[in-house]
Amino acid sequence: MKNLGLITPCYTADTSGVCSMLYELGGMVVVHDASGCNSTYTTHDEPRWTVKKSMIYISAFTELDAIMGNDEKLISDICAAAADQKPKFIAVCGSPMPMMTGVDFDAIASEIRIRTGLPTMGLHTTGTHSYIDGASEALLEYVKLFISYSADKIPGSVNILGATPLDFGLNTSISSIRDWLAENGFTVNAVFAMDSQPEDLLNAGKAEANLVISQTGYAAAEYMRRQFGIPYLCGVPIGRGYALYLAEQLRKIIQKSSAKPFRRASGGDTILIGEGIQSVSIANALALDKQTNAHVICPLPVTETMLSACDRQLYAEEDIQTELHADTVKTVIADPLYRPLIPANVKLIELPHFAFSGRCYADRIPDLINRNTEEYFA
Amino acid sequence: MIDLSHQHCEKAPCIRIGDADRNALFQSGLEYNTPARGGWNIVHTGMLVPEAHQIYVCAQGCLRGVILTAAEMYAMERLSWITLTEEDMFDGTLESDIVDGVTDLLHKMPKHPPVVLLFISCMHMFAGADFESILAELHDRFPDIHFTDCYMAPTMRKTFTPTVRMAERLYESLKPLPLNPKAAVIIGNDRPTDPDSELLRIFRKNGFKVHDITLCKTYAEYLKIAESTYAVTYLPTAYKAGENLTEQFGMKHLHLPASFDYEKIAANYRLLCNTIGVPIPDFSPDIAGAEASLEHAKLLIGDMPVAIDHLAVSQPFSLAKLLIEHGFRVQHIIADTVTEDADAFDWLKAHHPDIRIYQDTNVNMLYADSPENVFAIGQKAAYYFHTDLFVDLVANGGFYGYSGISALAANMADAYLHEKPHMDIIKLKGFGCPSCLTE
Repeated sequence: MKNLGLITPCYTADTSGVCSMLYELGGMVVVHDASGCNSTYTTHDEPRWTVKKSMIYISAFTELDAIMGNDEKLISDICAAAADQKPKFIAVCGSPMPMMTGVDFDAIASEIRIRTGLPTMGLHTTGTHSYIDGASEALLEYVKLFISYSADKIPGSVNILGATPLDFGLNTSISSIRDWLAENGFTVNAVFAMDSQPEDLLNAGKAEANLVISQTGYAAAEYMRRQFGIPYLCGVPIGRGYALYLAEQLRKIIQKSSAKPFRRASGGDTILIGEGIQSVSIANALALDKQTNAHVICPLPVTETMLSACDRQLYAEEDIQTELHADTVKTVIADPLYRPLIPANVKLIELPHFAFSGRCYADRIPDLINRNTEEYFA
Repeated sequence: MIDLSHQHCEKAPCIRIGDADRNALFQSGLEYNTPARGGWNIVHTGMLVPEAHQIYVCAQGCLRGVILTAAEMYAMERLSWITLTEEDMFDGTLESDIVDGVTDLLHKMPKHPPVVLLFISCMHMFAGADFESILAELHDRFPDIHFTDCYMAPTMRKTFTPTVRMAERLYESLKPLPLNPKAAVIIGNDRPTDPDSELLRIFRKNGFKVHDITLCKTYAEYLKIAESTYAVTYLPTAYKAGENLTEQFGMKHLHLPASFDYEKIAANYRLLCNTIGVPIPDFSPDIAGAEASLEHAKLLIGDMPVAIDHLAVSQPFSLAKLLIEHGFRVQHIIADTVTEDADAFDWLKAHHPDIRIYQDTNVNMLYADSPENVFAIGQKAAYYFHTDLFVDLVANGGFYGYSGISALAANMADAYLHEKPHMDIIKLKGFGCPSCLTE
């Protein structure tokens, strides 16, 4: 069976993805759930919980609520909390049990919007999908609610989309991406959604391009391309060569030229496991900096066009294990909790991923931005 | 007090005890979650069954917390999972997916565990999954393994709390043994009871063997628990487990609540001694020891305000009363409900009506701030009052009786003399469990 885990964890779920993406935006996020979603999120999926306050709550859904369909309690509890805490907006999302009972989050959001006068979004998480889905939907809805088209572009300005600790931890990666953009002559506009003030984010429509640094930013980037005509590029400026390549491509799309996707050759002995855009970026960096052919196993949703022909989307533990046991594999770059799947004679270069191992290796998540790949992938 | 004056509250997070109704301290509402992680969850508790393997069948969002609980305590090899999708709910494979998934997982294991704790979720219960048929089929396929039905069903927490249910499931795989009149078991705790407690001394002095799952190293040792004639519980969450052992094996269940009231402690010991047929010891040296410890702690802590939380002890109102009677300035109690110490609550309400009770999960506790220095008993109290002067204690910590009071007071004195960084300590999951975060 494919939906099993004998010895490895599962990735962060969609509900936590919503909370993570909206964490710093000044809103109130309510997960309609009994209890587990909140403690799981605040313990294992949110390193900011102890250092930065955010209005992330659960509804404390009960058996009786499930049977009686007590939406009024949810709505009035949210309105009461909003009256106390004055959020800039409200997001309400689901978990497994509301999915079972068919809770209508759009209707609930509409009712809350009417009663509170606050921008309110109903999100459609079920607790059965990955954080990519939840964070993507949350960012997309935030952009739809708050960002509008602007003809008044800031020359050379770039938004960063898809920044959450789930993919980058709480190290210096995001500020390094800002620095890299500045060093290459770009102006950093808004960063969705870490280390930016909500007021700065409202200017996102003035950007000339979007840089999508994880799959969680892709849906919003695509929306902004369609609605506002802002072009986007997917990639993380990891290593030296790939960082240069990305900067060139970014200039091209700002000048209304097409970006050229980087494609790697097949046949390497190195496998990378992780989030799609970040893993592809690392593989590209290894190809350019070290002439190492690596291929990516992506166990999370990713836009297929991101992947080279040698890359694979594999979700099941047994499929990943089979791939790692191929005779050609000499090195695996992955979160340390993948170690039990890796043959003893294969080298593991540990690359902790917060959305996989949570707090276990959080202080070992590296900042790989615009640095020599030799420093980490020796 | 915690400063919440900057905001008007639709649902107040704190109340004067003088104004509180013990049957309904606070309104329900949205809930906040503190970063205090010392409380045990069902994974920690399940690990108490030696050699057991836990398998969780639930949605990804629910799995995440249990899996990483195991990861942080270096126990990934003792836990596996089967994830549920939306389709599983509606395609008629709810039961067969569990049977096939568990079968697949067990075939991949190098060695079969003697017992599997198989957890289903709220979704299964709501969908009416036939757990009995699942267990019967698994028993047919794996006769060498005992399968215990377990539940990760927080939606049903008003009917049975996860802690209560898990305490009870821990003993499900015991097999009947001839009862040994000189054997007892202490059940329902996360940690061993202090060996210096009068409770254990009474048993030891009279030649009783005392079992405790927290001390079992092997499954065979665990199975010996079933020889116990007496099952002792002292936490309210263990009561149901004790009743079950009476029903299942004919054990005599003695519920001896972990009170901080000398009279109640004496009554507990009288009941114990009379039931097991041994003389009641003279407890005056133990009481004198408790008094001396309390006096020493009071000398150090002086008039500093004290806060107590309900994660630390099962009877926070009883502890507050004891401390107030010994001169401490208990001013804050974090508790969502009143349970076995209702009479202490009533006493506090009558005699110290200005004590503040705080709703642990109230959303407005997010902004709790403490302008005064407070001495805390418990992780949540330490967090809410931002203090490094705190007793790190969860679920009574194995302390019981007069010796328990003595030990707790000694811990208070030590905590006062030795500040410790509360945020570094309270982040660790499962009080007393190994943690990769301490590396």
